[in-house]
Amino acid sequence: MAEAFIYDHLRTPRGKGRPGGGLNEITPIELARQVLEGLQSRSDLDTALVEDVIMGIVTPVGEQGCDMPRIAALMAGYDEQVTGIQVNRFCASALESVNLAAAKVIAGDGMAMVAGGVESMSRVPIFGDGGACYSDPNANWGSWYIPQGIGADTIATMEGYDRETVDAYAVESQARAAHAWQNGWFDRSIMPVRDVLGDVVLARDEHVRAGTTLADLAKLSPVFAGMGKRDGLDAIMLQRYPEIETIAHVHTAGNSSGIVDGAAAVLVGNADFGAASGLKPRARIRSFATIGTEPAIMLTGPGPVSRKALARAGMDVSDIDLFEVNEAFASVVLRYMREMGIEHDRVNVAGGAIAMGHPLGATGAMILGTVIDELERRDLNTALVTLCAAAGMAIATIVERV
Amino acid sequence: MTTIHTSLDEAGIALWQVDVPGHAFNVLTPEFFEDLEKAIDEAAANEAVRGVILTSGKPSGFMAGADVEEILDMQAGGLTPTQGAAWAMANGGVLRKLETCGKPVVAAINGLALGGGLELALACHRRVLLSRRDIAVGLPEVTLGLLPGAGGTQRLARMLGIEKALPLLLKGTRLDPEKAHAAGIVEDLADTEEALLSRAREWLLAGPSAAQPWDVKGYRIPGGAGPLAPHAARSFQAGASQLRARQGRYPAPVAILSAVYEGTQVAMDVGLKIEAKYFGRLIGGKVSGNLVRAFLRQNRARKRDLAAPGYAPMAVGKLGVIGAGMMGAGIANVAAGAGIKVVLLDTSAEAAQRAQDRAAKQRQKEVERGSRSEASAREIVDRITPTAEAGDLGGCDLVIEAVFEDRDIKGAVYKDALAGLAEGGVLASNTSTLSISSLAQGLPDPARFIGMHFFSPVERMPLVEIIAGRETSTATMADAFALAGRLRKTPILVHDSPGFYTSRVFCTYIDEAMAMLREGVSPALIENAAREAGFPAPPLAVTDEVSLDLQKRVIEQAKRDGLDARFLRAHAEPVVEAMNGRGRLGRKTGGGFYTFTDEGKHLWEGLAEMFPQAKVQPSADDVAKRLLYIQALESARCLAEGVIDDEASADLGSVLGIGYPAWTGGALSLISTVGIDAFVADCQRFAQEAGPRFSPDPEAIEAVRAEAARVRKARASKASETA
Repeated sequence: MAEAFIYDHLRTPRGKGRPGGGLNEITPIELARQVLEGLQSRSDLDTALVEDVIMGIVTPVGEQGCDMPRIAALMAGYDEQVTGIQVNRFCASALESVNLAAAKVIAGDGMAMVAGGVESMSRVPIFGDGGACYSDPNANWGSWYIPQGIGADTIATMEGYDRETVDAYAVESQARAAHAWQNGWFDRSIMPVRDVLGDVVLARDEHVRAGTTLADLAKLSPVFAGMGKRDGLDAIMLQRYPEIETIAHVHTAGNSSGIVDGAAAVLVGNADFGAASGLKPRARIRSFATIGTEPAIMLTGPGPVSRKALARAGMDVSDIDLFEVNEAFASVVLRYMREMGIEHDRVNVAGGAIAMGHPLGATGAMILGTVIDELERRDLNTALVTLCAAAGMAIATIVERV
Repeated sequence: MTTIHTSLDEAGIALWQVDVPGHAFNVLTPEFFEDLEKAIDEAAANEAVRGVILTSGKPSGFMAGADVEEILDMQAGGLTPTQGAAWAMANGGVLRKLETCGKPVVAAINGLALGGGLELALACHRRVLLSRRDIAVGLPEVTLGLLPGAGGTQRLARMLGIEKALPLLLKGTRLDPEKAHAAGIVEDLADTEEALLSRAREWLLAGPSAAQPWDVKGYRIPGGAGPLAPHAARSFQAGASQLRARQGRYPAPVAILSAVYEGTQVAMDVGLKIEAKYFGRLIGGKVSGNLVRAFLRQNRARKRDLAAPGYAPMAVGKLGVIGAGMMGAGIANVAAGAGIKVVLLDTSAEAAQRAQDRAAKQRQKEVERGSRSEASAREIVDRITPTAEAGDLGGCDLVIEAVFEDRDIKGAVYKDALAGLAEGGVLASNTSTLSISSLAQGLPDPARFIGMHFFSPVERMPLVEIIAGRETSTATMADAFALAGRLRKTPILVHDSPGFYTSRVFCTYIDEAMAMLREGVSPALIENAAREAGFPAPPLAVTDEVSLDLQKRVIEQAKRDGLDARFLRAHAEPVVEAMNGRGRLGRKTGGGFYTFTDEGKHLWEGLAEMFPQAKVQPSADDVAKRLLYIQALESARCLAEGVIDDEASADLGSVLGIGYPAWTGGALSLISTVGIDAFVADCQRFAQEAGPRFSPDPEAIEAVRAEAARVRKARASKASETA
């Protein structure tokens, strides 16, 4: 059977997703253009070999609308035969783009794809699309829509994670991200973002707070307690989980993923593409999977989808050297480690979205890139990347160094 | 035309006076819609007509809305959602015709305008409202499990903006003229009927446009519509969640939200179609059928005359109330509010005075809220005579005793009462536990003795259980019913039996929860399942309120009275005993099933050790069913035993008295709501799992079937007031 390989990847640094953030002045189309151009230029890629550009965009409205990947490809000077498609599987979008690219390659729909994602959360706010799942009362009820922070708090309640436990996880994420930056672990994948003058506006993840302590985090107030009560969201969750008396709200801005801007691109191709382009594959995609789980709590999919991907690869948890679990909320990763029976030293070794942020449409490609870099740096072989996504979905991809 | 009188003056102003014959209030009958359409066609075709004033020809008000009896008839006749939508489309189409007929129409609202009545006014091009304090306008359809299906959701949202319209639609708020004007529901107010018509006329003579704002190109809903409106996250997202959390078993509120969300993003004609379809789904659904039936039953119960034909119930001019505790004080206050003179007797003059002061304080609150005048509050309070002199009871037509639940004390008090009672007067007891027949023993005229069981707080609780003892006469029952009706309470008739109706059924509710606790069901699961099912107070929480030592005493008393085993609550008693043993009696001792703290309350951790949780927990659905069904089954037994006479008594008593969820229609209507066969099957399953108390006794089920058949027949022939 045909195989899919990852030949290269890069990402922008992540800018704070608010007015005045490092990438706030850069349009999302420009972020997408720059990563596409960066991927092309650093290996002098002949873009005529590329079939399609597949990018995750979770809020594809306004300036993020209108099939940005095709437009960005044209702007980046890609061959005009290269098509583009936007993908939305909520937080799983960028990894979905990679998986779709792999599937297309394996299916013979071209020899190479650029996959990835982009999200400028400072310019196109989360929920800015007014989607049915929250706005339409029928869809809101039908999909058990509850903002995901309530789900994260529910996981913490059910698993018995108190505030200190989730904060301690966040402290470690910050420490790891800072350590990774300090030691240049991201140097190979980071592509600084430039302004119209060509000057660099951002070269490092700016959401990281090196030296964050438990005491710092303890000062933050829970984000979801107020709305949980006011809007009846806690009560709805208890309709779904009636064995819980009350939800303990432990997640704060400090132990949840940061709102940031950023983009990432991954070059996926078959073996022929390597020969045609002269590039050497860095990793093989062993398997991938998606899953739908209970939508109200929303964030419990990573475990089940990981087992699904492992089964498809004929692998076991112990066959995986490194795990990347998107740090949507601390409780998600803590639960994942408990569920999979793995220690923290194999998980999110360079920190995660709690420290560096979670640009919704791009994160999956970013953490995939990070873990490939780490496999190489540590000379390990296998990694599993997983993300939870809204409406109870989750995604996983297993890669192996070539 | 039989329902609208039309005339045309020399200035070209047509006057349409609505007067629907055979109804005290104008209601929207099929004839009215036919006539309205005719009138619209005529006016549209008549060049001499410059504009139309639409008003009521009845002094009772503008229009009370749809004919609720007609709705129940349709529902009882098996109206489908599609038929319901077609009905709404047809009626709504006439109103749409009104607003697009090319002639300006102004509603001169000369009295209350509710539901369809207000919808009619909203379909006019302008509204002038008579500014009288007793007049209310509003769209209360949601309280009947419906939505305003004649354009109300669409027009109100377009007039006021979605954010302002939604609360009015979702709560069914009634507004007085000032508030209606401030909200923008009416454009103008007038102080007198003459001014009302002349203001309407002036507006028409000025040559206004005959187009609704939403039919003018470029119209935008104030504040915006759709998912990207600035208020969308509040109105639709938070709105949908709040409804699900609080009214998850009620389909109407979320249907209103959907009709507004979907309908305001399209043109008016499409919006009306969307609204009508949601209306069809509601009117053809069971919950609306239950709420409509309950509404009519409540109205009828207040007017019910149980006595032999020709008996005119006594009009109580002077009421005696003995015992100035919470209940006595509340009864006195409510009676005084209904215009009845009250003598409030207590052994302590101070206690009696305190009760009057309490009434004064409550009435003052109404004055502060603006719902009552200073003078009226004073009049009410002055109607109460607090006293410690039994002699002051002289001339009372009816005396209600509300003293401590002790036979000896009551017996002594009855002597006082009888000494003062007017010739032929009625003696009533507010007892909630003691047998009326036994209290009647030794009274000179047991036929004129009756139970009137009020609920606390009397001012707010709408139910009165009228308990007929063995010898209570039908005339006495009728007198008690009439008094309850005057107090604006809903009476139900219950025949003397342990726990009467409400207490007996309520016990099955809390006992079932305690039994589940004993089985190892998680207490949080019990409470959450009850909340989700629509019980306002979950069973363990409410047991903490009524206290566990009281439950112990009631059980002990039942044993001493030698009651039948089924009244001894054996499945709950061990829990009652255990909690009493631990001194956890409820809120009053700072802890029962819950621990009470300054920040609130939470389930007591000790429960886990006292009642270890089972490994396998039941589904929340089954827990809810057990709580709902055990009360339904007990109600069926009450029906079979003759404790209550009909379905209506159980339904009203359970919903109004003990918080049985209204969506069910009541504790007996629940059975037809879920289907009697499914109900029996579930009960049999629960009998296997939980115990024989769930066995659906054939007599009880037969009684339910027979009663359902009787209600159906009565509805069809409209022969019975109790249908």
